[in-house]
Amino acid sequence: MTGADDLQPTSPESAGGRASSAPLLGRDTEPTLFELSQPGRSAWQLRTTEVPELPVEELLPEAHLRQGPLALAEVSERDLVAHFTRLSHRQFSVDLGAYPLGSCTMKYNPKICDAVAALPGLADAHPGAPASCNQGWMGLLVELEAALCGITGMSAATLQPAAGAAGELTGLLLMRAWHEAQGRPRRKVVIPDSAHGTNPASVTLGGYETVTVKSDDRGCVDLDALRRVLDADVAGIMLTNPNTLGLFEEEILDIAAAVHEVGGLLYYDGANLNAILGVVRPGDMGFDIVHLNLHKTFATPHGGGGPGAGPVAVSERLAPFLPGPRPKRADRGADGGVARYEWSTPEHSIGRVHSWHGNALVLARALTYILVHGDDGLTEVAERAVLNANWLRKRLSGTFDAPYDRSCMHECVLSAAALKKKTGVKALDVAKSLLEEGFHSPTVYFPLIVEEALMIEPTETESLQTLEALAAAFERIVARAGDPDGAAWEKEAPHSTPVRRVDEALAARSLVATYDARR
Amino acid sequence: MSGYTPHTEREIASMLAFLGLSDVDELFAAVPAALRLTGGTGLAPGAPEPDVLAHLHDLAALNRHVGRDLVCFAGGGAYDREVPAVTKALASRSEFVTSYTPYQPEVAQGVLQALFEFQTLVARLAGVEVANASLYDGAASLVEAVNLAVAASGRQAVWVSQGVNPSWRSVLATFAAGTGHEILEVPLDGGSTPWSSVDESSGQLKRGGSSGQGPGVVVVAYPNYLGCLEDLAEARALCDRTGALLVVAFDPICAGLLRSPGDWGADVVVGEGQPLGMPLGMGGPYLGLFACRSEHVRRLPGRLVGETVDAEGRRAYVTTLRAREQDIRREKATSNVCTNQTLMAVTAAIQMGWLGTSGIKEVALRSLRGADYCRKALLALPGVEPLATAPTMSEFALRLPVDAELLVERLADEGFLAGMALGAEYTGGSGNGLLVAVTERRTRTEIDSFADCFAKALR
Repeated sequence: MTGADDLQPTSPESAGGRASSAPLLGRDTEPTLFELSQPGRSAWQLRTTEVPELPVEELLPEAHLRQGPLALAEVSERDLVAHFTRLSHRQFSVDLGAYPLGSCTMKYNPKICDAVAALPGLADAHPGAPASCNQGWMGLLVELEAALCGITGMSAATLQPAAGAAGELTGLLLMRAWHEAQGRPRRKVVIPDSAHGTNPASVTLGGYETVTVKSDDRGCVDLDALRRVLDADVAGIMLTNPNTLGLFEEEILDIAAAVHEVGGLLYYDGANLNAILGVVRPGDMGFDIVHLNLHKTFATPHGGGGPGAGPVAVSERLAPFLPGPRPKRADRGADGGVARYEWSTPEHSIGRVHSWHGNALVLARALTYILVHGDDGLTEVAERAVLNANWLRKRLSGTFDAPYDRSCMHECVLSAAALKKKTGVKALDVAKSLLEEGFHSPTVYFPLIVEEALMIEPTETESLQTLEALAAAFERIVARAGDPDGAAWEKEAPHSTPVRRVDEALAARSLVATYDARR
Repeated sequence: MSGYTPHTEREIASMLAFLGLSDVDELFAAVPAALRLTGGTGLAPGAPEPDVLAHLHDLAALNRHVGRDLVCFAGGGAYDREVPAVTKALASRSEFVTSYTPYQPEVAQGVLQALFEFQTLVARLAGVEVANASLYDGAASLVEAVNLAVAASGRQAVWVSQGVNPSWRSVLATFAAGTGHEILEVPLDGGSTPWSSVDESSGQLKRGGSSGQGPGVVVVAYPNYLGCLEDLAEARALCDRTGALLVVAFDPICAGLLRSPGDWGADVVVGEGQPLGMPLGMGGPYLGLFACRSEHVRRLPGRLVGETVDAEGRRAYVTTLRAREQDIRREKATSNVCTNQTLMAVTAAIQMGWLGTSGIKEVALRSLRGADYCRKALLALPGVEPLATAPTMSEFALRLPVDAELLVERLADEGFLAGMALGAEYTGGSGNGLLVAVTERRTRTEIDSFADCFAKALR
């Protein structure tokens, strides 16, 4: 009994499964825009302006004029549409099928957010216009800030950081500014060995040294090991909770107390916030600084690798250090009418971290998502994300090793170590074989502390039928690996995707990063 | 409650039974009871999509926006340029919008090839060999360029022209608190940077600040914030004498006409890619452009797509030189960037394809002509003077007989976004500096009408 069997009608077909995904992607190689070019062809059309057409020589000194031709491409609009449409057919996406990529929260992206981002009143607002022109936007940003503070249990937030890593660095600079204001700058930041790579990289850019603390055999921070590295030179700790193993750090209150006791601050990496929406808040756990990944948790969406948005929320004592300018509600006018907003820079601000006000249209999408879900809907998101992950963990526990055999949160980390030992089929081969099955691969070889790791995050928007199909696909892969021919086939998988495995060594060894660099 | 989660009550009950649980709450047994949220998040219950759309519509209606309420003469890093329906349609394809970073190249050739084409187009515009697959915005590109150049030169003294966008300089200063770079800002003179006003060995500004040493990095903008075209030969010569790297902040549209930064001798070229197909959008998401000479490719921040072949020898693309990146190098990485602005890079590739060889030159030329026409019209008004003497392209700075912020407010009421008020660093302390931008979208009628209203607003 898996839960799926007793429900009728149950079809192996599902929105997330094979019927509509990878095997259907376009297989023909698409020429580049440059190879499609024909001299003299063009697509552009511009407004009639009737501005006098003075010769360029009268307007610019010759020394500033481009020497020689600048070739971009010469294609018609029809060529352009065909080219990028064909490219899109060579691209897997959430809209095509399930994307159980651990730590990435590849959930369905509601289309209403696209409609909001296209509203002319939002899309055509100049960020440098006076505050009197952008009152709606400023109200929107203030509303989002309040919502994010409510969700995280913090008191104020900056919306400027453009992605999670930018949020991390912003958070570390806030940490630095706060310690300096206390008159005791510190040198070290503690990070668990299961952390995302951005964490230690951000620590270095924040001017700190990374101190790594190991995880215990339950997959959580080893509290004794942590206590041994804590001293008056520790500025803080960066934690992801649930951590990258998908496990909740049960001793979080003791961790917080220990770090606070030496005068350090707690930084919350929001990559896994989806698991705890409306259930438990970083602020209540004792965190001082929190970054969120709006493109993960609030589905804004990912765009093939951005744009994201990485707002940073802080506790009250850190608010005076936030980046500025920030939109702020001003006192109501004498008429007591519509609220007015103004820009203000906090007293001890670390300064700007973005050219303007952050990835504003991404922020508008996030607010939309939050309002549609509301308090009840966000809790439901977390509950169903955790339900789906646990169902899949249990369903696959006989198929792969479960290094931490306990209830997980929004994702589960399994290991293909035994499979590799028995059949030679590695985590990478499992991932590539899953592409052949019509699903996107899970994250592999992360976290680093699990051998042959398969990190699977189904998200709340996949149905039980899709989970069943996904589990069946994993089972087929493991079964096939038991046969020498099957194992050989999997080591060369995928076979029917737009391209087969690519030669990464060649790409690095003889770099061709532009069309002009082709041999 | 939303309609995006598919679970039926029966399915939930059945899944819980499979897990040996009786209630969804038991899934969170690992969370200490004392921490469980009991009072809610303070958010209202979820609302149906049409209600939320109406709310966002109401907020949007409170903005006075370009197109309906305002004719845009403001720039300063955000430009009202033509974005055709075809760019919007192609960039909205959900295959581009709803995919993740292309970690599995077998099913990500669409994004990877679009990025490869983007890199090619940006490198051609910048006049150097390599471009990355994007950074967050112009400011982020500047920060990364300085980090690269400090690492390459081995010196942390960074001399930055005040002609570089003030917001970008502010971001640079913020991040220097972590890296420890010593930043010296060199004031403009007549609209261009007098590099000779700094002592090359001591880094001593003849009036004011000091970096304490000769430069490892020299940063200049072309055109600069005041719209002026500086003689980059002087900056290049300074770098040649001191061994510093030259970082040039360029404008991708102006580059359609202008001598390329690479041709001037730039080592690293950065820019704001918003004019390549992105809406004004209250400042984001925009697009950080980053290009450099091939000798620096192993220090390149962010993702880089390279061409290779697949197991059957077919052309294929993959993210490459991955050993530079944070997920592999961790605390030894020189950049922490992970998620970048891929969708904006794809948008820019589409837009550059639409503009093409002839279009980008035409857009730059029309902007130049419009700016010249507008500048002459405004300079004919009593009390309005040029703020800089250096040649300008599509943006120019004026000294007004009135406060610039006040004038911008007045003209907004007349339906014009008149420009950006300039900070005191450009005006010698007064609030009378105004930066005006003219794009290919401004017609003669609009400019004439703008000049008329401008004249009235000065009174």
